[in-house]
Amino acid sequence: MNDFGSPVLRRLLDGLPGAALETHADHGDATAVVERARVAEVLRFLRDDEELAFEMLSDICAVDYLPKSPRFEVVYHLYSVAKNHRLRVKVSVPEDDASVPTATGLYPSADWMEREVWDLYGIRFEGHADLRRILLYDEFEGHPLRKDYAKEKRQPLVGPRN
Amino acid sequence: MASQPVHFPTAPHRSDDDFERDLHTEHQLINMGPSHPATHGTVKFIVELDGENIVNIDVQVGYLHRGFEKECESGSWYQCIPYTDRLNYNSAVLANLGFCMSVEKLLGLETPERCQWLRVLAAELGRLADHLTRCGAGCLELQAMTPFLYGIEARELTWDHMEMLCGARVTSNYIRIGGVKHGMPEGFAASCRRFIERTRVLLKDFDDVVTSNRIFVDRLAGTGVIDRETCLAYGVTGPILRSTGEPLDVRKQEPYLVYDQIDFDVPVGTKGDNYDRYLVCVEEMHQSLRIVEQCLAKLEELGPGPVNVLDPRVRWPAKGRVFNNMEELIQQFKGVTEGPRVPAGEAYAAVESANGELGFYLVSDGSAMPVKVRCRPPSFINLAPMSEMLKGAMLADLIPTFDFINMIGGECDR
Repeated sequence: MNDFGSPVLRRLLDGLPGAALETHADHGDATAVVERARVAEVLRFLRDDEELAFEMLSDICAVDYLPKSPRFEVVYHLYSVAKNHRLRVKVSVPEDDASVPTATGLYPSADWMEREVWDLYGIRFEGHADLRRILLYDEFEGHPLRKDYAKEKRQPLVGPRN
Repeated sequence: MASQPVHFPTAPHRSDDDFERDLHTEHQLINMGPSHPATHGTVKFIVELDGENIVNIDVQVGYLHRGFEKECESGSWYQCIPYTDRLNYNSAVLANLGFCMSVEKLLGLETPERCQWLRVLAAELGRLADHLTRCGAGCLELQAMTPFLYGIEARELTWDHMEMLCGARVTSNYIRIGGVKHGMPEGFAASCRRFIERTRVLLKDFDDVVTSNRIFVDRLAGTGVIDRETCLAYGVTGPILRSTGEPLDVRKQEPYLVYDQIDFDVPVGTKGDNYDRYLVCVEEMHQSLRIVEQCLAKLEELGPGPVNVLDPRVRWPAKGRVFNNMEELIQQFKGVTEGPRVPAGEAYAAVESANGELGFYLVSDGSAMPVKVRCRPPSFINLAPMSEMLKGAMLADLIPTFDFINMIGGECDR
């Protein structure tokens, strides 16, 4: 598979053969699409490999590509402070089985960001110890960043809780 | 009448064992917020206390969630920029900048030199306002009114100059795709130099009352401690990470705009506590003033001229041509009604905001409406390890720690 001149992608392709399904480096952002079942293994490799040394999982978000199939993509942005390089890792997630293995065991930063993705997109993170809503309230129905959630839709206000 | 002798009830007899025995205590849950006078920011803490010591904190955010990403994904690319103003009310320009740089990355645009210096100038004014609020309000929450007033006077001056530059104090909407709204107005540079002088005096006054003040130092030194490794594991950036001694700054690591031509230093701390964070912020304000001076000198040297890229995809044609030519009229009409069409693809661009790395991840399908606008909010990510920073600390330490994390509700909850 092509590394598009990126040493980070080259190292990932050599170190974990077969893990990346697709790569690109458009606009200078090295990107690898990986298999969903292997995402934890890939992230562990990226963190622990000396040449890559991605100490920081800087962002997790999801994208809804309705009506394409598979519908969702979960996107991880990694940054290495020691090496000053970045990598984007993407995982395709189908609508009928919207779940991804958690990264909380590897990066504590994944905790809140996975909760946010669950809250706004309804993608479950298997193994997350505390997968609650984070930005919205518990009584909220649905996941508002899904493209089939109407922007104008209103939900009732709920009173204070104990 | 003779006064009656007063009989006090006799104290119950206590044996020596009673004084030795541990008092029976149980953990207590208290609610702080979502609207608490000692926190600036709408956030709720459910604090588990053992006596006065914090056992655990559940930080609950989301009270200011406005659906920023949903709104952006249902408008044109240009309509997103005013929304980014509303992320961080102190430094709206930095959010404008992050978004526009990411769109420009997708479009493959290179902005003119004059525009880049203007962007740096505006961004540093934003950073200054943000740090002034953080330090000033931090003192206010520790019951010190005077330094707050010094800080807010300086922030007013910053916002006055923001207003001269773009017509608005807070919601600047200054940075545009491929440029800025317009160049420096007449008299701006001279006024800005006077403002820099005055701000230095105010910072000196601030420093005199606060930096070696016994009460202030006692409240800040050794509280809210975090180490470098925990910061990195939680993705924490900005002054919190720099207070631990790691000189990570996007402006130095991956220089964008003209930061590689500017002479400035990145201050770092040693202990990773609130006091170091305060010192880092104060030094960053002095560095921002230095950068603004360099920008003014460079902009005067460059003189007046175009501040926008001449690309028909993002710029409207000159008015004279619109009134006289059909093609330009159509181009203007399309530009107003639907805005630019951004080539399909994805891009991430980050800027160093006052709180840390502020990034925008954008996905376009080639249409005039974004598929995805993701803001990597430093406030949200920096707040996550707060319970880690405060385990075992006193309840009173929560106030300065929360303050110097500088969570901005608009940016945290989006």
